[in-house]
Amino acid sequence: MEYFLQQVINGLTLGAIYGLIAIGYTMVYGIIGMINFAHGDIFMIGAFISLMGFLLLGLLGVGWLPLTLLIVLIASMMLTAAYGWTVERLAYRPLRGSFRLAPLISAIGMSLFLQNYVQLLQGARAKPLPPVIEGGFELMRRPDGFTATISYLQILIILLTVVLMIAFTFLIQRTSLGRQQRSCEQDKTMAALIGVNVDRTISITFVMGAALAAVAGLVYLMRYGVIDFFEGFLVGIKAFTAAVLGGIGSLPGAMLGGLLIGMIEALWSGYFSVQYKDVAVFGVLVLVLIFRPSGLLGKPEIEKV
Amino acid sequence: MAAVQRPSMDDVLPRVGREAALAGLVTLALTATMVGLHTVPGAQSRLTLEFRFGDVLMAVVLVFFGRMALAFTREGFPAYGLGIGVLIVAGSLLYPGLPTVVEIMGVGAGAIVGINAVWRLARPMRPDRPPPKTSAQLMDDVAAWVQRQSVVIGVVGVAFAIALPFLFPDRSSIDLATLVMTYIMLGWGLNIVVGLAGLLDLGYVAFYAVGAYSYGLLAQYFDFSFWLCLPLAGLLAAFAGLILGFPVLRLRGDYFAIVTLGFGEIIRVVLQNWSSFTGGPDGIASIPRPSFFGIAEFTSAPEADGLPSFHTLFGLEFTPLHRLIFLYYLILILALVVNAVSLRIRRLPLGRSWEALREDDVACQSLGINRRNIKLAAFTISAMFGGFAGSFFATRQGFISPESFTFIESAIVLAIVVLGGMGSQTGVVLAAILIIGMPELFRELEEYRMLIFGAAMVIIMVWRPRGLLAHRVPTVTLHGGRRKGGPSPGQRPEQVPAE
Amino acid sequence: MIDVQAPLLTVDHLTMRFGGLTAVDDVSFQAGATDITAVIGPNGAGKTTMFNCLTGFYKPTEGQLALSRNGATHYLERMEGHLIAAKAGVARTFQNIRLFANMSVLENLLVAQHNKLMKASGYSIAGLFGLPSYRRAEREGIELAKYWLDKVRLTERADWEAGNLPYGAQRRLEIARAMCTNPRLLCLDEPAAGLNPRETGELNELILSIRSDHEVGVLLIEHDMSVVMKISDHVIVLDYGRKIADGAPEAVRNDPAVIRAYLGEEEDDALPPDVAADLARDAAQPRDPGA
Repeated sequence: MEYFLQQVINGLTLGAIYGLIAIGYTMVYGIIGMINFAHGDIFMIGAFISLMGFLLLGLLGVGWLPLTLLIVLIASMMLTAAYGWTVERLAYRPLRGSFRLAPLISAIGMSLFLQNYVQLLQGARAKPLPPVIEGGFELMRRPDGFTATISYLQILIILLTVVLMIAFTFLIQRTSLGRQQRSCEQDKTMAALIGVNVDRTISITFVMGAALAAVAGLVYLMRYGVIDFFEGFLVGIKAFTAAVLGGIGSLPGAMLGGLLIGMIEALWSGYFSVQYKDVAVFGVLVLVLIFRPSGLLGKPEIEKV
Repeated sequence: MAAVQRPSMDDVLPRVGREAALAGLVTLALTATMVGLHTVPGAQSRLTLEFRFGDVLMAVVLVFFGRMALAFTREGFPAYGLGIGVLIVAGSLLYPGLPTVVEIMGVGAGAIVGINAVWRLARPMRPDRPPPKTSAQLMDDVAAWVQRQSVVIGVVGVAFAIALPFLFPDRSSIDLATLVMTYIMLGWGLNIVVGLAGLLDLGYVAFYAVGAYSYGLLAQYFDFSFWLCLPLAGLLAAFAGLILGFPVLRLRGDYFAIVTLGFGEIIRVVLQNWSSFTGGPDGIASIPRPSFFGIAEFTSAPEADGLPSFHTLFGLEFTPLHRLIFLYYLILILALVVNAVSLRIRRLPLGRSWEALREDDVACQSLGINRRNIKLAAFTISAMFGGFAGSFFATRQGFISPESFTFIESAIVLAIVVLGGMGSQTGVVLAAILIIGMPELFRELEEYRMLIFGAAMVIIMVWRPRGLLAHRVPTVTLHGGRRKGGPSPGQRPEQVPAE
Repeated sequence: MIDVQAPLLTVDHLTMRFGGLTAVDDVSFQAGATDITAVIGPNGAGKTTMFNCLTGFYKPTEGQLALSRNGATHYLERMEGHLIAAKAGVARTFQNIRLFANMSVLENLLVAQHNKLMKASGYSIAGLFGLPSYRRAEREGIELAKYWLDKVRLTERADWEAGNLPYGAQRRLEIARAMCTNPRLLCLDEPAAGLNPRETGELNELILSIRSDHEVGVLLIEHDMSVVMKISDHVIVLDYGRKIADGAPEAVRNDPAVIRAYLGEEEDDALPPDVAADLARDAAQPRDPGA
């Protein structure tokens, strides 16, 4: 029971991270119908920028933790968003209306480029970060001494995710920006005719997705204490799986899918085998796509004739 | 004839300035952290930072002026563009103490904006003339020429490939040629699925792995010879393709891509962790080398395993090169078989239906074509060729491990197909030589290889989405192609994609 | 009333729902063996949805679609999409032309003969070795393609890329391609959309000659009343997914329900029938042929 509880808490934390990344996949898919293959690498860049932020603030002698976190969070979101914007501008925008496979191939190229860009500039070795927030609450103790704990960091991650989700839902549902975005999802030509700047709306979508991925990168770095240039690939695919599982194009779906994938991974590692946890996630991806391609909360797609 | 209205500098300058400043600012945002800060191990195994703000400054300056040159050229002042381009090149070469990489980037960027400007200077936009051909249209002419000359190019290419071991009879050249040829074969194999049928397979390496492990395991457990395993490996890989393909082929394009990627990773993870059977991360070592068609062995001793050695059989001096040359010819033949089959199938109903599927799969169904079956055929045939290549890889290396079958490998083969030109056999050869051969020749470029790849994939997609040498000729003509007409694809008015 | 002696197609209580929307609502009709049957109705009446049910792109929610060919009856609602074309012999064209744009005109017509040629190529095995039986089959395939190229006046442009043809020629090629599958029922989805009056006249002749030279029934969705009234033997009118009229062109043209559907409720008894019909024709014309 204690062990199970611990795995659930770990799963929730991991799932929150996947969910944050999955939102970026799902929004981009919703609006331009492509898999932004480089999104996982944007997440990785967000983690790297956060790492540098911590190191830089350490050198500058900023010691008060909440201030450090706030600065790193905002800086990482903004600078990572610049990457998201640039990727869209250079690799995807010129390809609108092009050959069907072109954007996807371009995205794969962008992903390779970003990975190797970071590797060249920062080295191939994994970068460690000492724990920023330590300690936690003890929840349950087993007679043999095993305790289920929830760390302050895990609480922070879950709270941060909840806050961001609420803010984000508000943004999409209530603001004019959100309306523009939804109108572009429905019909870009029509949206352009009624005065929506489609290019700008798509850019903003990428910027928002990248900013959320940066948050995911920050908390991933704090939770696991290490990042390397290749990390974005696997995490990105898992987050994509989460987006598909939840129903691609659906924001609550992305979050739900993230939580489920996080749970599956944590429980699988806890009870079966750590080595095959990636196979479990890929297995879920394959099964969902084959048996329910519209995901849990997505709308079924009808072949247009 | 109306005089060309030349825009005034006063109008253009603020626009150009703003554009360049924005580009510079974005570059600053991108590079300030990733380039400007270097995480290095410090005291007590904690990280610390080094600062490289000089590099950031150089990047910003380069992008600022480069963008300015492009903007000037576009706005009708190519002379300014050329001037700035020349300044960038000169600055990069003359500024003391620049790292080589920065120098190369500077010269390259300066050259590109300069050439762009020269092009506009040479052919100014004139309302009374049709607009000058774009670079993509020029490339299309090149691709069309290559396609017309494909017989000549093919004969010369094959003759060169046959003569190669005698022209460069040294170990490293033959090894490199063998490596390039392996990728050509993989590229041709994948081209069936990606180039002809238009299915983006991101897990091609899975079939390469199945082929390699088929031979490795059959040799290890049952002592099967290479010549028995080669067809078996192809069959097993085809079978794997059939099984994996069956459920996934009804998925839409991008879902299909991601699922194939998933399968590729699953196979690799299983190979890595099923240690008792596959050797796990250590892989399989001492995989037997192939004999000379079961007639002779490549050994220095005159006789081995009851077979004469190759050099005694043919009365030659022993040299270890014999086996390498033999392996080279083996992969050459395998690759040529793949090529011949692909070219032939393209002209058969099956190949035509693949291309039709790539163009419009809904229309295919309305014509009574069983989409699932023909996709499955493409997937299986391509997997079989991957399996052949895999078993060759195993016997050449003598050692295989899951390390060799990562996603990067799939991405490289895909890059070969995509850059060369989807559906273009010559393009695959060109791209394989560029992608595999070049970094081997220029060792110092090795670490930049994947970076250049990624960038090249993006650039080619933006420039020519179907690849460098992609140019389709009909599989059958009524008038011998002589009266082939109409505007070329690049000039066709943009068709609104059906949504 | 028209005489449906031996119905080629019997549509029985066809219903198609998408979630809450009923696009086709309990429609029944019959199409005669070599009749030209037109399906008309205002935009959104469910015409194309019905076509998609007939050609296997949608599975109908309810109803039966029976097609008789060579004495056998095929139930289309139960068949896999590609078999509807391959076995039952239903061929179609699309409202927004779906040619293989980067393939040549001739190749488009050969792809349409895929099943026949595939068999002849021994599922590629015999073809791979270039056996004479396959070469003969391919020659025959090209002959058939030539016949249709002549018929739609595209022989000169046989080696062009299909996507480079002018709009009207693309429409004709799509019909030729459908005919190369050797169909029993040809479904044309707005074949005259975007054609000029001269091209429309030629299209009428093409459809009539297809019907007279080949044993094929034609099912036609059309907005252009000059096509519908001139060539069809039988007209079915849909409105909001329901069938509101069914009969000979003349009868349908004067049917008050049809006029109401096109013009709305108020004006129906204020206008004499032929004026109303003319108005209906104008209302039904697509406003912007290029769109």
